[in-house]
Amino acid sequence: MTNAVITDPPTPDIRPRTLAEKVWDKHLVAKGENGTPDLIYIDLHLVHEVTSPQAFDGLRLAGRPVRRPDLTIATEDHNTPTLAIDRPIADLTSRTQIETLRRNCAEFGIRLHSLGDIEQGIVHVVGPQLGLTQPGITVVCGDSHTSTHGAFGAMALGIGTSEVEHVMATQTLPLKPFKTMAITVDGTLRPGVTAKDIILAVIARIGTGGGQGYVLEYRGSAIRALSMEGRMTICNMSIEAGARAGMVAPDATTYAYLKGRAHAPAGTDWDDAVAYWDTLATDEGATFDAEVILDADTLEPFVTWGTNPGQGVSLSDTVPNPAEIADANERSAAERALEYMDLAAGTAMKDIRVDTVFLGSCTNSRVEDLRAAAEIIKGKSIADGVRMLVVPGSARVRIEAEAEGLDQIFLAFGAEWRFAGCSMCLGMNPDQLAPGERCASTSNRNFEGRQGKGGRTHLVSPLVAAATAIRGTLSSPWDLVQDGTLGHEAVPAVFVPASV
Amino acid sequence: MQKFTTVTGVAVPMRRSNVDTDQIIPAVFLKRVTKTGFEDALFYGWRQDPEFILNQPAYQSPKVLVVGADFGTGSSREHAVWALRDFGFDVVLSPRFGDIFRGNSGKQGLLAGQISEDDAETLWGILEANPGIELTVDLVASTASVGDLTVSFEVDEYTRWRLLEGLDDIGLTLRDEARIAEFESHREPWRPRTLPARQVNL
Repeated sequence: MTNAVITDPPTPDIRPRTLAEKVWDKHLVAKGENGTPDLIYIDLHLVHEVTSPQAFDGLRLAGRPVRRPDLTIATEDHNTPTLAIDRPIADLTSRTQIETLRRNCAEFGIRLHSLGDIEQGIVHVVGPQLGLTQPGITVVCGDSHTSTHGAFGAMALGIGTSEVEHVMATQTLPLKPFKTMAITVDGTLRPGVTAKDIILAVIARIGTGGGQGYVLEYRGSAIRALSMEGRMTICNMSIEAGARAGMVAPDATTYAYLKGRAHAPAGTDWDDAVAYWDTLATDEGATFDAEVILDADTLEPFVTWGTNPGQGVSLSDTVPNPAEIADANERSAAERALEYMDLAAGTAMKDIRVDTVFLGSCTNSRVEDLRAAAEIIKGKSIADGVRMLVVPGSARVRIEAEAEGLDQIFLAFGAEWRFAGCSMCLGMNPDQLAPGERCASTSNRNFEGRQGKGGRTHLVSPLVAAATAIRGTLSSPWDLVQDGTLGHEAVPAVFVPASV
Repeated sequence: MQKFTTVTGVAVPMRRSNVDTDQIIPAVFLKRVTKTGFEDALFYGWRQDPEFILNQPAYQSPKVLVVGADFGTGSSREHAVWALRDFGFDVVLSPRFGDIFRGNSGKQGLLAGQISEDDAETLWGILEANPGIELTVDLVASTASVGDLTVSFEVDEYTRWRLLEGLDDIGLTLRDEARIAEFESHREPWRPRTLPARQVNL
């Protein structure tokens, strides 16, 4: 026996971890004790005009600066008009809010992309487009659809205004660790079926509260085969399942998207970054707190019939009968939804006639989405009595689409070609539904009154939006093929080969 | 933030689940740049209906909302919390809350207490039978009492402590400022920065 003090050698963390746990651990500033939350460092803070004014005010009152303006960026999106953007904003309260953001950004030294700027657009389109959204980072924004950025393998959280102020002041957030849920989607999507259909089917499966307290990780061959745009669509709607975030492990598709973007690492920084990014994927043997499995092979275009994103069915299906719903709360919610939507149980979804088609929002307004819809409507005319709004996600998306001639295709079809912003997704600007109007919308929420007081929303993919604009009733591209309106070969398979 | 211990006031039974933040306050009211004065916007769409519960004489100055599951889902708008608070609510009791809403509540002194589905049903029954009856919420004991009935609710310990002490989050975090600076000193150079602005024409 000796008196030597034997200490254990430091054990490397060999416990298999999930992607979410790795990003979390990497950003731990202080570990919580006795029930207090962990303090998590925030790499990127995205700001817009709606949820920031009260946060800036709070800083001003407390005499605090923005700690890291170099990790903060702002854009104008929720309120901005999509017509006549060179003129003063007509709505005075909207104008005040935009002007308040401009004043605040000037005062606190925050980079701002204003209406008319080439980098202006929906905050969740702008971040990835600039290459600011990168694998393994933490991203926050005072907007629930911040989950979009998880498509890059980032931990991306929607936060409230108090938290916006907190991040501005400290570049950190006190957070309790989340549970993890694997959403495994294996198989191959059929042509005409998209990322949007995957996520609508997931939400219908687990419900609007099913993801509560979880970070979702989307895995499986169907996810791997998706483009970054498709992955963003899926992660975007994680919040509609109640989840705090959604993530996809970064891979060659992610790197190909990022490389060369304005704020992506370059030179040896790129190599260092990739070496780190390659370590992020969930380890073999890591366990999730829950798992959901979805078959991509059999998936059909998915649409909603009700007033929450979980109230969805296959497009070939009928409006469900509330009487057949076992759970009393869900049954009464369904009854209320059908009344609001003015739909009768048993109606074929494809018999539902719409007044408006909205192609846009942080869910589906990237150039790939516009391309897919343009491919369907090319050379055709919009259905009588239907209006279609096409709202690119950012000024740059608009320019890119115009360079490809997509604007001309939409205009010739009879659609309106607008400037970038959130637009009719939430109707904070003049782009709203009139009471009673029915809309096929590529956005993310079919809540009562979301797109305008009394407006009725059916959530759809860009392909279904396009086919619906042609036929006037909820339709998929395959209905056009059956009509003889569209060649079989024209139905796009919107996935890229896994080898990319 | 004021310390929160007990609240006694009129409780509103709202038999609705999935009340998203678009229903609590429609987006049109989010254009304001202030943090108060949202009482007129609360449940704006539903309040147009004269039969809506908050339009009934018994519920003109309520303090507690007892509502169905998945309250506050959807948008991150903290305005939903401000509107409830401005209207006079100090407490919302529900079997399940949207995560962001629950977080926002705790930061604004609105207590979001989780109760069981059965207790929600029982409370609704009592409140509906006695419109305008007062309910007492005791955060120290984590209970809600009305008449002879007492039910318990859950709120995470950290939020409970902050509400009881009336503590401000930013002040708490800034006590760890040295650790934040230490963390920043190890941050990899390739992590994204928004400044100086770079542009590439893709």
